[in-house]
Amino acid sequence: MTDIFNTAAVKASGLDADHPRAAVLSTRDDIMTMTQQAHDAALTPKKPGGLSHGERAALSCRMARLNEEAPLAAHFEAMIGDSNATQIADLAFDGGDDERLCALLRHTDLATTDTKSVVAADIAALVSAGVSEDDIVRLSELVAFVNYQVRLTIGLRLMGDAS
Amino acid sequence: MSNILHDFTTTVPQWRPRVTPIKLEDATPDQLDALKVTPSNTKVSDYVLVLARDAETLCERTPLFNAIMYNRGGLSRAERELGAVGTSVFNRCVYCAAVHASRYNLLAKDVVVIERIFADGEDAELNPRQSAIFNFAVKLSKCPPDMTKADMETLTAAGLGPDEVLDLILSSALFGWANRLMHTLGDPTEITD
Repeated sequence: MTDIFNTAAVKASGLDADHPRAAVLSTRDDIMTMTQQAHDAALTPKKPGGLSHGERAALSCRMARLNEEAPLAAHFEAMIGDSNATQIADLAFDGGDDERLCALLRHTDLATTDTKSVVAADIAALVSAGVSEDDIVRLSELVAFVNYQVRLTIGLRLMGDAS
Repeated sequence: MSNILHDFTTTVPQWRPRVTPIKLEDATPDQLDALKVTPSNTKVSDYVLVLARDAETLCERTPLFNAIMYNRGGLSRAERELGAVGTSVFNRCVYCAAVHASRYNLLAKDVVVIERIFADGEDAELNPRQSAIFNFAVKLSKCPPDMTKADMETLTAAGLGPDEVLDLILSSALFGWANRLMHTLGDPTEITD
């Protein structure tokens, strides 16, 4: 049985087992557990394909920062470890002269900050930069999951603050 | 090639992938497991066949999605759909908006709320409870989310209990996930057959 207060989203929200809202949260313990399982599948999959665990953690940190969600950003930053992906989490970094990395960062930023504006040409740009179709789906799931988790965390924190 | 839809509708469109769906006959054991293909269930949508390219995440996503939208207790099924619609309208995911607006209409036995939302978006005139739910979903969907304690107080004032607020956070956040797949990996198109 997973301790839901130890899952990344709940922990980053600041809610703990002694909080007045802990009982309500426990009625959805299955969802908190499955959210952590999805986190592990998106961040540290057994078959990471062309997106390393370090790159995934750094991209996730970047997305948390774009959402101004500092506690989750810190969680993801700690997962980057000493891999050479650290600069990916820096919002001022655009990929430099690495064409693949530029395309990954551009798409991550656009789908995170302005989902509605993503068009077919944005997917085509990933293909042109040499990103495989499998990796396009892996990146999309990572972006989609992290943006869910950020919103869950922020919502839980507000629930805690308001009670 | 059929036309891409840009306007909201309650008629569920077709979905044309921008990434090639896998072929079911080529699926690996991991992919088949994630697709939940059984001898009695061999119909799989192009959308899910695209997502099967990341079988590990798909495997976790499906039960989580069902739990958030269909678990017992808490916020009513219709109002969870309204949260999903708020997010999908903000992200302009025409496909997700159509699926969940039509489910809302069926569950709530009403069409006026969705008509107003599709016509006026964030300015739609709704009753206080519907308005609180819809606006919460929209504000949570922004990047960064535009939420303060006052938004929680609006929900409480509109009569939502903490269990209902939690389910609204979940359904709205979940569509921040779904929209970022459905709206980016394919296009909603007119039904042709």
